[in-house]
Parts: sequence; C-alpha cells; structure tokens
Amino acid sequence: MKIAVCVKRVPDMDVRFRIGADNVSVDEAGLKFDINDFDAWAVEAALKLKDKNAGSEVTVISLGPDVVQETIRKALSMGADRGIHLKAEKVPFDGLAIAKALSAELKTGGYDLILFGKMSPDSSNGVVGPMAAELLGLPCVTAISSLEIADGKGTAKRELEGAQEIVEFPLPAVLTVDEGLNAARLPSLKGIMAAKKKPLEAKPAQLAEPQVTVRKLELPPERKAGRVVGEGAAAVPELVRLLQTEAKVL
Amino acid sequence: MANVFAFVETRGTDVRKVGLEAVTAARMLAEKSGGGEVHALLLGPPGIAAKAAQVGQYGADTVIVVEHAGLANYSPEVATATAADRIKSGDYRAAVFSTSAQGRDLAPRVAARLGVSVVTDVLSFEIEGDSIVVRHPMNIGKVIATIAIGAKPAIIAMRPNVIAPVQNAKAGRVENAQPSIDPATARVKVIETRQGGGGKLDLAEAPVVIAGGRGLKAAENFKLVEDLASAFGNAAVGATRAVTDDGWRPHSDQIGQTGRLVSPELYIAVGISGAVQHLAGMRTSKTIVAVNKDKDAPIFKVADYGIVGDVFEVIPALTAAVREAKKHH
Repeated sequence: MKIAVCVKRVPDMDVRFRIGADNVSVDEAGLKFDINDFDAWAVEAALKLKDKNAGSEVTVISLGPDVVQETIRKALSMGADRGIHLKAEKVPFDGLAIAKALSAELKTGGYDLILFGKMSPDSSNGVVGPMAAELLGLPCVTAISSLEIADGKGTAKRELEGAQEIVEFPLPAVLTVDEGLNAARLPSLKGIMAAKKKPLEAKPAQLAEPQVTVRKLELPPERKAGRVVGEGAAAVPELVRLLQTEAKVL
Repeated sequence: MANVFAFVETRGTDVRKVGLEAVTAARMLAEKSGGGEVHALLLGPPGIAAKAAQVGQYGADTVIVVEHAGLANYSPEVATATAADRIKSGDYRAAVFSTSAQGRDLAPRVAARLGVSVVTDVLSFEIEGDSIVVRHPMNIGKVIATIAIGAKPAIIAMRPNVIAPVQNAKAGRVENAQPSIDPATARVKVIETRQGGGGKLDLAEAPVVIAGGRGLKAAENFKLVEDLASAFGNAAVGATRAVTDDGWRPHSDQIGQTGRLVSPELYIAVGISGAVQHLAGMRTSKTIVAVNKDKDAPIFKVADYGIVGDVFEVIPALTAAVREAKKHH
C-alpha cells in the first residue's frame, strides 16, 4: 500500500498564550512545538497498516516554514519512509488554501490511502482533510475511531453525539483520525538514527490567496475567581441556594 | 437584502436541536442583511417531510424537503452534492451548518465543492460590508479570533448551544426535491447508526452536564453521576480523558481538548482535578460547580462554586437536594 499522512507542527497548549505584536498571531517565544496529536495517531495508523502489508510505503507531508522538517523527521523516526516539505513562510488559517496546496502534491503520488488528523488544536477549524478529499474527488470518512482494511475496501467507525456510525468505503480514500483509533508509538533510538538518512524532499507550496483572514486575536475574558462554598455534605444546602438564587440554573 | 441557506441536521426522521439553531442563525443573518429569505434543506428518509412545519416555525421561508428511502443513515456524498447544488443555484449570501460530528464532516466538503473557504465552531457573526465577520476559538479556546470571510457564499458552521433556537414563524413553504445523486451510487456508505443509551441527552446540547473524573475511583461509581443527572432531568453525563482512557466510559463521552467541547448553563465536575486538557473542553460553561476532596485542585480556580469534600458523601446529598428542589417547581 502507498499511504500518505499529512501532519502539522503545533504549539503545546499547556501554556498561557500571549498575542503577538501584529495582533493576528500568537507570540511564539517560549512555546514548545511538536506534531499535532491527531496527526501522530494518523501516522501510527499508517505504520500499523505498513506492518501488516509488506512492501507498503508511508509518506509524510507537512506544509509550513523550514522548522516543520523537525515534525516530518519525528514521523520518520516513528517509522515512516519518506517526507515531503511544502515550503511556506507561514501556515494560513484558510483551510481551503491549505487543502489546495496539499492536494496538488497528493494527486501526483498515486496513494491508496491519505490520512489526516481530524483537526489541529491551534487553528481549531478541522476542515483540511475533507476539503482535500473533495478537491481530489476521493471517498472520505472523517473522525474515525476504528479502521479495518481488506481487499481494497475499508470499514471505519465514527463517534457521533450519543451514537456511532459504521461506514464502508472503497480505496483509494481519504480518512481523518480521531482519538481512540490508536495510541502513537514513541520513536526508538534506532528509529531516530534511521530518520536522519531517510529522504526528505522540499518544494514550494502552491498557496492560493486566502478567502478568510484573521483580523485580530484576543484572550478570552478571565473567569471570575472561583469560590469555595464549604466543606462536605453540609455545604450542599448553601450550594443549592446559590444555584437557585444567584446562578438561577436550578 | 440577501437570502441565506441553512442545512438542517437530522438523525433518522428527527430534526436535531443544532438543526434548528442553524435555521435561527440563518434567520439572524438574513435580518442583518436587510431582510432576506431563509431556505432550509431538510434531508432524510420517508417521514422527514412531516418535520418541515417545525423548520418553518423557526424561521425558514422555504423548506426544501429531500425524502428518500436511501437516506435512513447520513450519506456524506448525497448531502454534499444536494447541498452544494442548491447553494450554487440560489445566489446565497451565506450558508449555515452546525459544528456537530455530521456538520464537521459536511460543511468543509460542501465548501470545497463550491470553491470557497469555511469557518467552523463559530461563536457569533456580524455583516460588515462585503464580509461576514465571525468569532472563532483557537488554541483550545485560550485565544479568540475575529475572522473576516470575503468569499460568497460565506460558509459557516455554528458551535452548538451558542444560539438558542428561536420560534419566528415564517411561511415554511415546502418544496419537494430529489437528491442530487442516487444514494445507491454513493461510494461511502454508512451501513449502520448505533444509538447510544436510549433517549440520552447529548453532551453538546444538554443544558446541564455532569462530568466524572478519577476521583470516582471505579467505573461502577459513575452511577452517582448518573443519579445526579437524572435528578436534574435535563443533564448529560461526561467524563475526563483519564476515565475514557481507562475504559470506564466510551471515548465519545470525553470532554476536553481532544474530546467534546461543551458550554452548558451548568457544569458539575465530580472528582475532577481540572487538567488543562479537560478545562479546554468546558471552560466556557456558564456556571461551573466542582466537588473534589483536594482543596488545591486546579478545578477550583475556574469553579464558580466549589465544595471541598468526599464525592461519595457530597454527590448523594446534592442529588437528594436537587430532587427536592425540582419537586417544588
């Protein structure tokens, strides 16, 4: 099988963000970056399929500035075979522009399966995978939490609100990966050494003019400081009174 | 003046609340643009046509009903083709979808087919000249972006629960239509929709969410949380990532950065310490209550009301008190 996985370099979310001087981006000073969790799960899903299907090849593609090569190398150190870096000064918010640039590359690869994470936490838009599928004219299943592939056909499960869908699809196809599909393996030392020698091709991304533009970023209003009503079951009557009279939710 | 399209999400022959929210949002956009019409697409199996009147009640001037035996389950390809064809033919200023599992799947496909961009998880919108300007949370809600959409139609997917569906009866003229492609020819087929617990309220839609964490100590102790939810009567049950990773609850119940985002009227955190990953999924709740035995747990920093104590004592007492309070309503 030929499998492509599109990955994004994203900041660690466990911080207090500051807005940059331009007002339309986050100040990156001091932020730690790594591969998006959902994308790492997508890489893992590809590697599992490679393990089962001898002769498979996993290609990792990332769009962005030169530092995204670190993210590609991470996926290579997990076991992917080769990387493609689509060079762009920055990653735009516009999901269609990203999907166009990725699909221009993907359509030349003859892939049986193209995997994405279901979303990235930084832009939190979650549209690139299904948009790329549409541009490529390929069958697409989003946010999958289980996957079986046999005889050129796939079956996947999607989590809905209070329900699940079981979905069948033919290959080639585009899938986006949700949490629950699998955990991601950690790169081994051997994998890290091997990744340094794996091919990584860089070429300019074909980014279209964006149709949506970020005008400003703001920090949300702080929640007012919490208050402890009391201790133990004895505090329940006071809590109920506050829920009725102050919060008016009971 | 401009017309606005709304996609009404359904499951089986039921209209989902997010579907009515999309119609309400479309109505608001039509009013803001000087009073255009709202055209709502209602797609489903035989029986769905009976829901057209309801969609009209919430502000649709025209309800395009596409009833087909092949639509018992969601068909992404039929929904994409039918919605995109209709939007293309209608010269709409905007098209409104929902940021639900189905809407997240559908809106980007429709947008790509129309060659326009899309913003999901929209919190609010305004019309400014040729742009529709929306607010959209980024970085797990720690940053709020104001985004201008220049494309026409502007495709947006509303976050559930930020717009209450408002009755605003319009003509609700029914226009029967055929799906743009035969469901039998779709490549991707949903062969089954498995309902989780019968009649259970969905996390994103419930006005009250009760969530449990590791402090409950074992899967079976979620009964405490379920009892409290049933005392409220309008509550859904959620869980932390630690709990779903341990298999105490299904992944679909996880509230947090990688799980569900909720913003109910009332959120009660039971035995939850308040990891960043969890707070990301619930910090926009209107009122937050936390019960935890550790007085230094980070959840108390965001909780409007906290009780420091043993969940096994406090929650049954709270359940009894809520039952009592509900009786007097």
